[in-house]
Amino acid sequence: MASEQSAYIAGVGQTEFKRHGGIMDRSQFQVAAEAILAALADAGMTPDEVDGFASFSNDANEAALMQVALGVPQMRWSSMVWGGGGGGSCAAIAQAAAAVQAGHAQTVVVYRGLCQGQTRRFGRFGDGRTHGNFVHPYGLFAPAQMLALLVRRHMHLNPQVREEHLGMVAVNARVNANRNPQAVMYGKPMTIDDYFNSRYIAEPLRLFDCCLETDGGCAIVVTTAARARDARKTPVRILASGHGSGPGWGSGPLGSQNMPEADYNTTNSRRIARELFAAAGVTPADIDVAQIYDHFSGMVLMALEEYGFCDVGGSGDFVAQGNIAWKTGKLPINTSGGQLSEAYVHGMNVAIEGVRQLRGESTSQVDDARLCLVTGGLGVSPTSAMIIGRD
Amino acid sequence: MAYFSDAMPAPHPNYDDRDFWSGCAEKRLQFQACTECGTARHPPTPVCPRCRSFKVMWRQAAGSAEVYTHTTIHHASHESVKPNLPYVVSVVTFPDVPGVRLVTNITDVDPKQVHIGMPVQLWWDAIGEGMYIPRFKPTSN
Repeated sequence: MASEQSAYIAGVGQTEFKRHGGIMDRSQFQVAAEAILAALADAGMTPDEVDGFASFSNDANEAALMQVALGVPQMRWSSMVWGGGGGGSCAAIAQAAAAVQAGHAQTVVVYRGLCQGQTRRFGRFGDGRTHGNFVHPYGLFAPAQMLALLVRRHMHLNPQVREEHLGMVAVNARVNANRNPQAVMYGKPMTIDDYFNSRYIAEPLRLFDCCLETDGGCAIVVTTAARARDARKTPVRILASGHGSGPGWGSGPLGSQNMPEADYNTTNSRRIARELFAAAGVTPADIDVAQIYDHFSGMVLMALEEYGFCDVGGSGDFVAQGNIAWKTGKLPINTSGGQLSEAYVHGMNVAIEGVRQLRGESTSQVDDARLCLVTGGLGVSPTSAMIIGRD
Repeated sequence: MAYFSDAMPAPHPNYDDRDFWSGCAEKRLQFQACTECGTARHPPTPVCPRCRSFKVMWRQAAGSAEVYTHTTIHHASHESVKPNLPYVVSVVTFPDVPGVRLVTNITDVDPKQVHIGMPVQLWWDAIGEGMYIPRFKPTSN
């Protein structure tokens, strides 16, 4: 697709990131609004230009109310992607891009505000979960426990992927977070020994294999090529984006467990990966840096395989060889510290880090980064991803 | 005495899954299957994803199963499970009802001994108010 027809990211914004329950002085809605205004300021835009809103994960910060709060004169388009958690992060950006490309809107803000002390902790039992009847009576309550089932089977089928490799993903994130003053885990280094000394949550996942639980807000401004080029910052092009699921996933590891045999120990990304690279006209070897949704370290390993950065079963060797490390590796990942160590705002913070890399603004900047893969929540339906780049 | 405490969340049957739970209340582990094409499915859902028929029947599993995957849980994400830590959650498959997977617990075992492919057998856990939950333990030789 010609760049003129592409949608672009013109601005990114965020609030402070705090441990869950750490933002109690103002509402979750206010936090979301602050992130949106920060993203618009970053772009050199005002709410007068916004005419679309997108979110995901049953976001309680309703677009109709956000329009009023921000004094947006005309809303032409709004959308929210199905599914809980972060599966829909890149999906919401993809929908915004589609709306811009179709002319349904000119400038869409994609946002997520999350104050778990005011609502609920995503890492705990949640009443009303889809297919809750088939997991709760057995003590399968939280995503860490649910996705551990996939990681366990993947490591069983691919025994060359071992717990030390999970640890390498976790340590990599922490090392990157310690260069990022905005990260919740900034100033809290962690070694592989610390990793192995951390307690199991749900085997094979230890405490440090699990993402943080964070309060904070993030927003991204998606607009036309022409408007993005007039914006304050380097425009970042959305080369390809999408969301979806393979057959039979349903609530998948979070409940129904009925994905096809060949898909069980995957991140549900095979089709998306193939179509994304084809649509962008690039290959995994062309990607300079990746932000891979790290709710759990094991899912990152599986995604490295599924997105074609290594063979199935090869992710352990891939990380052991230093490929994911900034800045010597061939594919530095989760350069802000990711959700394991920067913040967990359902994938929006790692999408923002992707934009920073392409603008040269990361605290773990990859030299001349031109192409970045960003994924949404993995191993769920829908999952999502995008390839973004600098022209 | 039930495997978990009384505070453990119990199933709340709904339109789509109530026949599964009424089977459990009578200690019958039965899975939904399509009357037209015979394909079994779980969790219950009103339409056959293979032939799109709405006609359903129920197929009873004899109770022998195999561990498909498992995790040993060390962290209480709900107060009720604290006394049970660590406990094993597993996904099991059934040789006599191919195509379905069931989330359950493996009990009466050292968690370190649980492995993929392990044969397990059904037992019924009385959780009160006339409801039974299907759990599994290692198949005795």
